[in-house]
Amino acid sequence: MPAFRERALAWLYTRPQARAWALVAPGGFWLLAFFMVPLLIMLVYSLMPRGIYGGVEPGFTLEHYARFFDPLYLQVLQRTFAWSIGCTVICLFLGYPVAYVIARSQRWRTFLLFLVVLPFWTSFLVRTFAMIFLMRDTGLINSWLLKLGMIDEPLTMLYTPFAVMAGLVYGFLPFMILPIYASLEKVDHSLLEAAEVLGARPAARFRRVTLPLSTPGVVAGSLLVFIPALGSFLTADLLGGAKQVMIGNLVQNQFSSARNWPFGSAASFIVMALVLAAVMLYLRVKDRSAGGAPPL
Amino acid sequence: MVPTSSPDNRSVVQLASVSKSFGDVKAVDNISFEIRRGEFFSILGPSGCGKTTTLRLLAGFEEPDEDGGQVRLLGETVNKKRPYERKIAMVFQNYALFPHLTVARNVSFGLEQRKTPKGEIEGRVRRALEMVRLKPDVFSSRMPGQLSGGQRQRVALARALVLEPAILLLDEPLGAIDLKLRKEMQLELKALNKQLGTTFIYVTHDQEEALTMSDRIAVMDNARVAQLGTPAEIYENPRTAFVAKFIGESNFFDGRVASRLNGEWEVQREGGGSFRVPHTSNLKVGQQIRVAVRPEWMDVQRPDAVPPGENALTGTVKDIIYLGETMHVIVAVPGAGDVTVALRNEGQLIKPLAWKRGEAAAVAWLPEDCQILEED
Repeated sequence: MPAFRERALAWLYTRPQARAWALVAPGGFWLLAFFMVPLLIMLVYSLMPRGIYGGVEPGFTLEHYARFFDPLYLQVLQRTFAWSIGCTVICLFLGYPVAYVIARSQRWRTFLLFLVVLPFWTSFLVRTFAMIFLMRDTGLINSWLLKLGMIDEPLTMLYTPFAVMAGLVYGFLPFMILPIYASLEKVDHSLLEAAEVLGARPAARFRRVTLPLSTPGVVAGSLLVFIPALGSFLTADLLGGAKQVMIGNLVQNQFSSARNWPFGSAASFIVMALVLAAVMLYLRVKDRSAGGAPPL
Repeated sequence: MVPTSSPDNRSVVQLASVSKSFGDVKAVDNISFEIRRGEFFSILGPSGCGKTTTLRLLAGFEEPDEDGGQVRLLGETVNKKRPYERKIAMVFQNYALFPHLTVARNVSFGLEQRKTPKGEIEGRVRRALEMVRLKPDVFSSRMPGQLSGGQRQRVALARALVLEPAILLLDEPLGAIDLKLRKEMQLELKALNKQLGTTFIYVTHDQEEALTMSDRIAVMDNARVAQLGTPAEIYENPRTAFVAKFIGESNFFDGRVASRLNGEWEVQREGGGSFRVPHTSNLKVGQQIRVAVRPEWMDVQRPDAVPPGENALTGTVKDIIYLGETMHVIVAVPGAGDVTVALRNEGQLIKPLAWKRGEAAAVAWLPEDCQILEED
């Protein structure tokens, strides 16, 4: 057995390509089995007629894709995009300063990073329920405001777009902070000193050096927030109620209570295509504005 | 309060009793010197001596302590001025080029920040690149990541020189470049200094580099200036044992001044024997002194063949080291440790060597080659 092991290793040692395959294979198999195969099944389902008791019947149809272009669904889609973009922008503006402070701090860095990831210790579901307790009419916020005499009757927060946005931003903020922190932390301090000695005031140093050098983090963070926000359903479900439906709720609904798997699959593929298009557009715009200033 | 003496109109930098502490540590302790317009001035010392802090005080990255003296640039006290308010440029140790900007935009950065008219910028960037021998047509559009270390250093230099600063600060700019290129850049920097008339303030720990390039050198030790002078003054007249050791090599001899004899002082060594030093008015009989003698100013002789008028101490040949240009004969002299004598290779070294390990020999030198040292 050891002889075999040694021979195998020696064989791999001389073949870089085989070595690369050997390294990719385990993870690759995982993705193939649990991502690509289900995706393929979904694609097939989305093109088949709906079965009466759920599932599908033999045949080929594009009706599920056509059905999605109903104004009702398009409105949901539009809302989902608007909220996801809004959530990404708010996360960016809230998260960048936090990431900046963490990257600049020496003594508190580890502790602050710990605080950022602390929410992950509890399930997202439980944390979202906690937000219900905060925001409902008899919740913590309203009862305090009433006690302080700042309001006469409870503010309606729960089951409004505000509640959904608050929940989305809260849930995804760490995914914005961490990549921006990672790229800010790598910015060499001597670059800022060089800029300063070349005449750049603090605002110019930020705009011309810090910000462009943290673009990779901003891009990564934006994608990490935007894409999951687009597919999220739990937040809208719990905090938005029946009126604030997002595309994720629609899909989830088709697979569960509506038992319309083909339509759910078709909706998923349409969203996937749109996400791909949106991300490619975003990356293209980002590349064009790389460097943050016009070429000389 | 520091008296405001009428500033020498040729001096562009004045440090007056400047101190800087970090917590309990004094990084710069009450240093004063002036730097003249157009001078190539080096601050030389081992790591931790305070040379970089001194440069950062000049650049404005550090502020002197309260009551920590005054930093004056071009006649103006700048203690509280930020770097972008000072008329200086700086070249950093690790180049500090902006990795996201092309070479041309790195060089134009300072011009843009200082609101130079747009039409002027391109021409000045080209001229700056040419000055540091980078072809603008080839290098303008490259990114720093595509350049070699030497090329990056040139871009960093162009980025500073394009501002036509009165004062250029250089923080060990050649530290990361290989030896041959470093020698080339040393000469180029010196030529640029003379050609542009810009005052260069150069921080280095490399004594050879400082000797090669500088008009004057401030040797720093332990947060203070140990000696300030021209390279020749510092090499030939080291004031303290630290300077004598740090700049070149030195042999040290201790003794007590015994008597005055024919215009020379006779110094009695503790372990026996004596040597003479030239007449210096501030020596007293009975004073304990230490002298330094450069290895190349000494000779090795047979103990019975020392020329009259020379100092001689006898010992045993311990080692002979062949170095090409020179040969070091190391003689163990009781009470003085290992004394190194450097013999020039004038062709005589290819002959059978005159000295063998274990042989008795005398190290000999002229009294006027003794440098009497002050306490560190």
